[in-house]
Amino acid sequence: MTDILATSATAGSPDRPPVVALRDLWRVFDTDPPVEALRSIDLEIRHGEHLAIVGPSGSGKSTLLNVLGLLDRPTRGQYLLDGIDTGELSDTERAGERGRRIGFVFQGFHLLSHRSVEENVMLGEIYRGAPRAGRMDRAVEVLQRVGLGHRIGFLPTRLSGGERQRVAIARALIGKPSLLLCDEPTGNLDSQNTVAVLDLFDQLRLGGLTVLVITHDHDVARHAERRVRMIDGFLNEEA
Amino acid sequence: MTDFSTGPPYINVSPPIAETQVTETQVAETQVTEPDEVVQLTDDANGPSRRQRRKLRRAEKKATTRSRLRVLDLLDESLAGVFARPARAALTTLGTVLGIASLVATLGVSRTAGNQIVDRFDELSATQVTVRARATGQSSGSSRRGTPLPWSVEDRLLPLNGVVAAGAIADVPTPGGIRTVPVRDPSVVSTRTLPVFAASPGLIDAVRGRITSGRWFDIGHVARNDRVAVLGVDAATELGVTRLANLPGIYIGDDLYTVIGILDDAPRDVGLLGGVIIPSGAANERYNISKPERVVIETEVGAAGLIAKQAPIALSPNAPEGLSVSAPRDPSATRDAVQSDINTLFLLLGLVSLIVGAIGIANVTLVTVMERTGEIGLRRALGAHRKHIAIQFLCESTAMGLIGGVVGASVGLLFVVAVSAARDWTPVLDIWLPLIAPVVGAIVGLLAGLYPAVRAARMEPVDALRAGT
Repeated sequence: MTDILATSATAGSPDRPPVVALRDLWRVFDTDPPVEALRSIDLEIRHGEHLAIVGPSGSGKSTLLNVLGLLDRPTRGQYLLDGIDTGELSDTERAGERGRRIGFVFQGFHLLSHRSVEENVMLGEIYRGAPRAGRMDRAVEVLQRVGLGHRIGFLPTRLSGGERQRVAIARALIGKPSLLLCDEPTGNLDSQNTVAVLDLFDQLRLGGLTVLVITHDHDVARHAERRVRMIDGFLNEEA
Repeated sequence: MTDFSTGPPYINVSPPIAETQVTETQVAETQVTEPDEVVQLTDDANGPSRRQRRKLRRAEKKATTRSRLRVLDLLDESLAGVFARPARAALTTLGTVLGIASLVATLGVSRTAGNQIVDRFDELSATQVTVRARATGQSSGSSRRGTPLPWSVEDRLLPLNGVVAAGAIADVPTPGGIRTVPVRDPSVVSTRTLPVFAASPGLIDAVRGRITSGRWFDIGHVARNDRVAVLGVDAATELGVTRLANLPGIYIGDDLYTVIGILDDAPRDVGLLGGVIIPSGAANERYNISKPERVVIETEVGAAGLIAKQAPIALSPNAPEGLSVSAPRDPSATRDAVQSDINTLFLLLGLVSLIVGAIGIANVTLVTVMERTGEIGLRRALGAHRKHIAIQFLCESTAMGLIGGVVGASVGLLFVVAVSAARDWTPVLDIWLPLIAPVVGAIVGLLAGLYPAVRAARMEPVDALRAGT
């Protein structure tokens, strides 16, 4: 597993800036009346951390994940990703940094049903401009490491929920991201598959990958070494 | 990003790490590794120079990566998108197939039919050229002719490429009338007033004449000034000459001529059927007809225009401008006119089909965009920029249009061949048509995909991911 995450693992020296640094971050939706989804968020996530964000629906968890994933821009405040001030980036640069530094795992998997397992995984590379040569080998390698070597050539529709989520994780990992953002990654899984996915996260963290999980599930949150709670747009560190 | 207060730092811009494509910018007070490019920033009173600041900005820019998509990856993704739902793709392209097929079929059938019209109905007039001596003025009531025509037109014209036959003809004045038997009977009108023509041997072919009895005169008759005559079928009936076995004779004035043949048909000059035709040699000797009045030329199809230019020079190299030529309209112009009439109607139908096809592609592509909202969100999350999304959908719609164009062109060609086979025509098609039809299909697909592509590109990734969950 460490091979997959070689860049992130070796990058975890104390001198390096945190993977994520949020300073007085606000996100206000321009509705009538305006909605303050994120209020003065300050947060640092260091390399190799496994952080869980918990909170009720509407507390701002997903908004925070969208901002962290460069899918949305904060209204004000500063967001440094690997030391880069993302507020200075153009849309094209944000897309590039998103593809290069961030991996996403969604509750609904978001796999392309008409593409094979390995094609879904390779999709994680194409917008990074990665060389086509060896792409299949890299996809197969990542699939083997998430325990799906025997599912190569399968369509996602023939896989179980847990296997689909592992394909999605493999797709996120092939780009060797700095940060893995997981939005309710076990929301659609039974307890057995939930345990398997959480074990996989543990292995990834041990390999040096920074993992951020948003969840309602307290069992999933307890799996993380650090937990923060969001309520009404405010972020509070849990003991 | 860089602190200039602590001394002259070095910024190392390393090449992208091969495996991870990460470009690292190192900032240190001492040079720690061997870089590709070193920018030393001096800490003088004015700070770094403009050139150094530019380099610094470039170096900082390199630390971030723009979203990239290789062309082959784009093609892979686009084709995968098209063929993900083959049945839908087939139905989507059906409109383009019908539009392109009807265009190709319309142009092909009209061209084929146009050629048939030229071949069947205009061939006779389209292959005739007539040359006359140009009238140059009037003098004392008689016309004075320009350049004289020679009798030896066959020798001069047949070598020209495109000339099938040529012959010369002149009217012969016959004040004495024509009769078969010299009967002195005041109560019976035995003398007929019929036109007499002097002709060269090649005239029979030039007017597409047909002899039913006897024969046409030849060059020997001309050379020997033989007094022989060929009667037009109407003249023969009037003179009562029906059989040639006994070598009947006729009198032109007081001169006896032996009838050697009866001209049954002359499509190019039906006036010959009511007259008497004698060889140019005898006409010259007896009536002083030293030059013909007109030359009739039969050409190959499509050669009339060229022969009309060449014939005056061949007939009178010294003064071709003294000859007037009447040539038919260019057959291709006739064909084009026919095609134009047919094309206008059917091209409109083809264009309507094509527009319907384009609307079909646009409609289905728009529906596809809505259905694939989640996929669009996913691609944006994986690093796709808006233009990547737009280009992919444009490629998909263009590919569908291209496929529709190829299939439509094939169907149209088959239709033209089938119609030609059924009507026993020769299929005629412009070579560019099957080549340009797929391009037209692709353009239709491209235009049809513009709006859906813009809609797809405008989707916010957050909204797309949420909608596609």
